[in-house]
Amino acid sequence: MSAATRTINFTLNGRPVSADVKPHHNVVEILQTQFALFGARESCGQGLCGCCTVLVDGRAVSGCLHLAVFLDGAEVVTVEHLAEPGRLDVVQQAFIDCGAFQCGYCTPGFVLMTKALLRQHPDPDDEQIRDYLSGNLCRCAAYPEIVNAVKMAARKSKAG
Amino acid sequence: MATTVATGRQVGRSLPRLEAREKVTGRAEYTHLMQLPGMLHAKIFRSTVAHGRIKSVDTSAALKVPGVHAVYTSADVRKVIPDPYYGPAFHDQPILAIDKVHFIGEPVAVVLAADPHIAEQAMQQIVAEYEELPAVFDEVEAADNKVVVHAELKPAGTFADLKHLKGRKGTNIALDYRLRRGDVDKAFAQSAHVFEHTFRTQKVLHLALEPYASIADYRDDGVTIYSSAQGPSFVRTEIARLLGWPENRVRIKVPYLGGGYGGKLYIKMEALALALSMLARRPVKVALTMEEQFYTITKHPSTFRIKSGLDKDGRIIARKCEVWWNGGAYADIGPRVTQKSGFTAAGPYDIENVWIDSYALYTNVTPAGALRGFGIPQLVWAYESHTDMIARALKRDPLDFRKQNLLREGRPQATGTILKDAAIEKVLDRIAERLNWKGPFDHGTGTVRRGRGFAVALKAVISPTTSVAIVNIAGDGSATLYCGTVDMGQGSDTAMAQMVGEVLNLPAESVRVVPRDTDVTPYDMGTLGSRSLFHMGHAVRLAAEDALAKIAALRRELGEPEGSNAPLGELFRKKYGMQAGNIVGTGTYKPDYIPPDAQGLTTNATPFWMVAGTGVEIEVDTETGHVRITRLINVADVGKPINPKIVETQLSGASLMQLGFSMFEKMHIDGGQVTNASLADYKIPGIHDVPAVMENETVDTTQENGPFGAKGVGELATFGLSPAIANAIDDAVGVRLTELPLTAESVLRALRVKAGNPLGDD
Repeated sequence: MSAATRTINFTLNGRPVSADVKPHHNVVEILQTQFALFGARESCGQGLCGCCTVLVDGRAVSGCLHLAVFLDGAEVVTVEHLAEPGRLDVVQQAFIDCGAFQCGYCTPGFVLMTKALLRQHPDPDDEQIRDYLSGNLCRCAAYPEIVNAVKMAARKSKAG
Repeated sequence: MATTVATGRQVGRSLPRLEAREKVTGRAEYTHLMQLPGMLHAKIFRSTVAHGRIKSVDTSAALKVPGVHAVYTSADVRKVIPDPYYGPAFHDQPILAIDKVHFIGEPVAVVLAADPHIAEQAMQQIVAEYEELPAVFDEVEAADNKVVVHAELKPAGTFADLKHLKGRKGTNIALDYRLRRGDVDKAFAQSAHVFEHTFRTQKVLHLALEPYASIADYRDDGVTIYSSAQGPSFVRTEIARLLGWPENRVRIKVPYLGGGYGGKLYIKMEALALALSMLARRPVKVALTMEEQFYTITKHPSTFRIKSGLDKDGRIIARKCEVWWNGGAYADIGPRVTQKSGFTAAGPYDIENVWIDSYALYTNVTPAGALRGFGIPQLVWAYESHTDMIARALKRDPLDFRKQNLLREGRPQATGTILKDAAIEKVLDRIAERLNWKGPFDHGTGTVRRGRGFAVALKAVISPTTSVAIVNIAGDGSATLYCGTVDMGQGSDTAMAQMVGEVLNLPAESVRVVPRDTDVTPYDMGTLGSRSLFHMGHAVRLAAEDALAKIAALRRELGEPEGSNAPLGELFRKKYGMQAGNIVGTGTYKPDYIPPDAQGLTTNATPFWMVAGTGVEIEVDTETGHVRITRLINVADVGKPINPKIVETQLSGASLMQLGFSMFEKMHIDGGQVTNASLADYKIPGIHDVPAVMENETVDTTQENGPFGAKGVGELATFGLSPAIANAIDDAVGVRLTELPLTAESVLRALRVKAGNPLGDD
């Protein structure tokens, strides 16, 4: 635990920031303790549930396994960056309209993964949605509603 | 007050959850994510033996790790809490193990540090030595009392029906519940057919994605505990008891829960967090990892021997049920599961002679408690498999056979309580209609065979329990609700706001629901057993009606003409000369209940019945044993839905959770050690496990004594799925599985046995 602290610089939700990190710190921990961002949260600690999802250089990663030092020079987006004051992102709104969550603990991860999905497949079919979201778990099992929300978000994104 | 066009009916609206925006933006508050200034993190050192005497715990190396604040064992805990045993049914669970350990994973010592990584590293430096004792893991073996887990039973005294157990020695039976109706032996002797089968269920767990977490901030004049808890009032009572304090010095705050499912009921990490904060005189956070959840609380594994006697016409005239519940090392709420579920063990059938023995057993594994159904899914698994097996053996249609024996409105259930507002037949009929049960069905040819099955179930609600609510109208006319029901994803905040809005003629969205805080939210027995919408719903309704009556009185006092609907804010300004004052309405609800007599009989066992059924269509790959659910139908009697959309997601979610418990989830235990304590090795349902077709339906009913005709829904769709699938497997390939989960391996083994070609190790 006495390992050397290193200062890293990266872009967080559109703003340049720096953080003092140790080699064992993961992304979730740094976001929570140094930036008061709690949308990415650790659950399984093994990169299997997706609750800790963040976008690093546009790619969805598991923040519980991704070491904080790897963020040096990267562009990081968390769920907190999606909504503007008074206006939710189309994916967030679709999750509400479709009732695509219950307890909400996994929801930020699903929302970010859906953002990544729609960037890659703007008009996904059911199988693409299931495959893409298969790394995110919801113990309340709001999966049918999540699939509906993804489709709604895709429709509304296209409509502009 | 008549509803107006401006706001309209609030009850019956599919309103999105009030907290939806907080949840999709990642800003909803959960205990596991909370931080307090000066907070220390706790890491728990856990037992590595299933049953043993603690010879020594060496903490010296851990204390030397730089950055460690303290290391504590039970000796330290007893300095601040002399009698540190807790639990809802029994005061049997020590905050940290005292003298003995009773399961692998039991907390033995704790390291505190400001940096959780340091606490973790130091925890691994602790060395304990144990004198191992014989252990017992199986619930049926435990009933022999050859290995005794606890020397003496210590019922808590909270529940009147457990008091008789006080001081019993040399037994693992934490509760022996019995029901005797009619003369079972005589009826069996007169039976034309007798069937007996034994069913088992496995150990599974809640696995909430927010693991257990509590933060205690102890001061000499009071303690505040932030906790991921389903029953803040109970936690307050129990913490006050441990401290010897009045309840008003204990404050329990509960933000949103990242899943509960029964796991976060009663008291979990709160007592440990309290003791640690007392010792360290700092705020202390106990936040578990996913792995540690496997050592906290699970569902009850069970063994159910069920025997039925039928007359020559196919009527069930006798049923004998013996159920053994594997409660693990500490009772938690197991004895109540044993009783409160036990009395419906004979199922939704009209049977003259019923015998039920239901045993809560101590064993040397992780304790078991409530999990979405309070024991009912284990019972339904057995009685609906058994019922199907009888029908098939007698070459009767499973639907006709059930309908011949169904418990109908106005008839006494096994306890003697008359069935009312329980749409068993309606639910069964709707499942059959959706399955087109009487129509042709293609069972397939070749290696993939198709089958279908269904099951129907009855549950009583835990009784008697109390809920209290407060509705506060501010000087501008806006309404705030104070109630202790914990929103863990079931949408209770939204449903309660809809009821307030309905009474006060306000849009539900405008009603503020105060987060649970025992300093301000009044008593509630707990968010459990699908009781809240009914019990708290009534309390909320009464509180709103009380406020409404006070508003009417204020209108009269101010000389408002009859029928005036001057805005509330104007009334307050008129009364107080400015925007000031409050109108406070209160409501308390406790239903009538008559405790069972020595034979388990009572004319009032429950204020309402829950009824649900499940139908499935499946495909079985006869070469691999793999079962694929192609269609899943949930039908439930929820009375009048308060929020139809949330009801539907509850039904859908509950059935998919049960799909995991039915098809693949299982805690593998070897010599008391859980060998798959991680999400890598213990799989829960993911998006690929969702059946291609899912249908959820509520039958058109009204719960006459329910708030706005409604009743609870959270557990319903867990009841019937497991036996529906087993019945469908039998329909598809003619093999019968009697043990959960229904894995490909178990199906394949059964197919090979049937073909006279068993797998080598069978």
